[in-house]
Amino acid sequence: MAEASGGGAGGQFAQDLERLEQIVRRLEGEDIDLDEALRLFEEGVERLRAARERLGAAELRVRQVLADQAGKLRLEDLDR
Amino acid sequence: MGTPLDLFAAASPEGAWTVAEVTRRARAVIEAGLMPLWVKGEVSGFKAYGSGHWYFTLRDKVAQLRCVMWSRDNERLPAPPNDGMEVFAFAFPTVWEERGEFRLTVRHLLSTEAGGLWQVAFEKAKRSLERDGLLDPARKRPLPPLPRRIAVVTSPDGAAFRDIAAVLERRWPADLVLVPTRVQGEGADRELCAALALLSRIPRLDLAIVGRGGGSKEDLWTFNNERVARAVAAVPVPVVSAIGHEIDVTLCDLVADLRAPTPSAAAVAATPDRNELSLKLERFAHALVRALRAPTRHAGERLERAGDRLGAGVSRTLERASARMAEGGARLDALSPLRVLSRGYAVARDRSGAVLRTVAQFPAGLAFRLRVRDGEIAARAGEQ
Repeated sequence: MAEASGGGAGGQFAQDLERLEQIVRRLEGEDIDLDEALRLFEEGVERLRAARERLGAAELRVRQVLADQAGKLRLEDLDR
Repeated sequence: MGTPLDLFAAASPEGAWTVAEVTRRARAVIEAGLMPLWVKGEVSGFKAYGSGHWYFTLRDKVAQLRCVMWSRDNERLPAPPNDGMEVFAFAFPTVWEERGEFRLTVRHLLSTEAGGLWQVAFEKAKRSLERDGLLDPARKRPLPPLPRRIAVVTSPDGAAFRDIAAVLERRWPADLVLVPTRVQGEGADRELCAALALLSRIPRLDLAIVGRGGGSKEDLWTFNNERVARAVAAVPVPVVSAIGHEIDVTLCDLVADLRAPTPSAAAVAATPDRNELSLKLERFAHALVRALRAPTRHAGERLERAGDRLGAGVSRTLERASARMAEGGARLDALSPLRVLSRGYAVARDRSGAVLRTVAQFPAGLAFRLRVRDGEIAARAGEQ
């Protein structure tokens, strides 16, 4: 769905990027043992896959804010 | 003595006029004889009353004129004139009967100075914003690197929104929300303030762009309105201004967290490029593989040293594993190093499970366990 992907591209995607950065930094550290390295590598591969997928699936969604008489806000899809 | 008496002969003391009659007649004569006209002079003694009416004097080197400008006329002006300012006034000469005073009723006022009253209003509002710290560069917030929901405060009819949507379509497919408002003309300032206030009620908003697609310089005024500028400053998320005017910097531009010359430029400044992010992901993929090589190589070397004592067979296995690992590391997608490792990799641990890393950790006769792909084997270190 557009919102899930559009929104997701910003939110979960940001977390994936951040985690990937952490993982690479940690892997490049001196004091890492093999078990941890493998575990991080595996997680990194999974995060990469998810991030690629999110980026590919993102879609622009365009809406307009409307206020009803009681002043309540509503978001309505806009035709473009 | 005779001449003045002759003049007075036209009216006797009995026929004396009242003061009101004189001023009324004078007013009628003046209003009939002096048509509405443009007057050029210097403003002095300016005073604005609570009623909204303005009183001031226009003067030049030899004379002065009292002036009034009613609130219904002066409220169309961006700002009152400063004392000493050269102006053109379009005025009706009249007599103020209550005071018996000759004066001008000013209907319109133009400053002859650069920028005119607009410039005066701009400077005044700017000082006021400055006093309240709203122009402090430290106030400017960084834009979120990956905005999810972006609101655009602009006219639904203008090109601004279309331009922004077009940029986001190819660049960063976010959740785009139009907050429609007029951006020029009578009352546009109030509408714009209301639209900006609405932003705080849009859930999960990351960023706002406020602007217009271009237009005349006079139409910029809405964005130079002090109340609009304060409404921009009060928006709870970072704001990018896109007023569509390269040369003139508006108050909204000064208050916004970032100024962009056009709506398209604002959309570019506010978002990452999807293609660049794809490249960044690929760089991460390579970095992961590269990063894993070091710990696996170190572990391999350690095992190799231990392996000398375990027997040449294990050593050969390790060599092959190392070689495969190096190949596997080159292409992440084609060959996972995990799989390579599983083909002949082993980790030595002591009884407590701690990984054995150095030769010193393998005294002769030490019992330890080797972990391989499908389980563990018991092993013992030979003579040094």
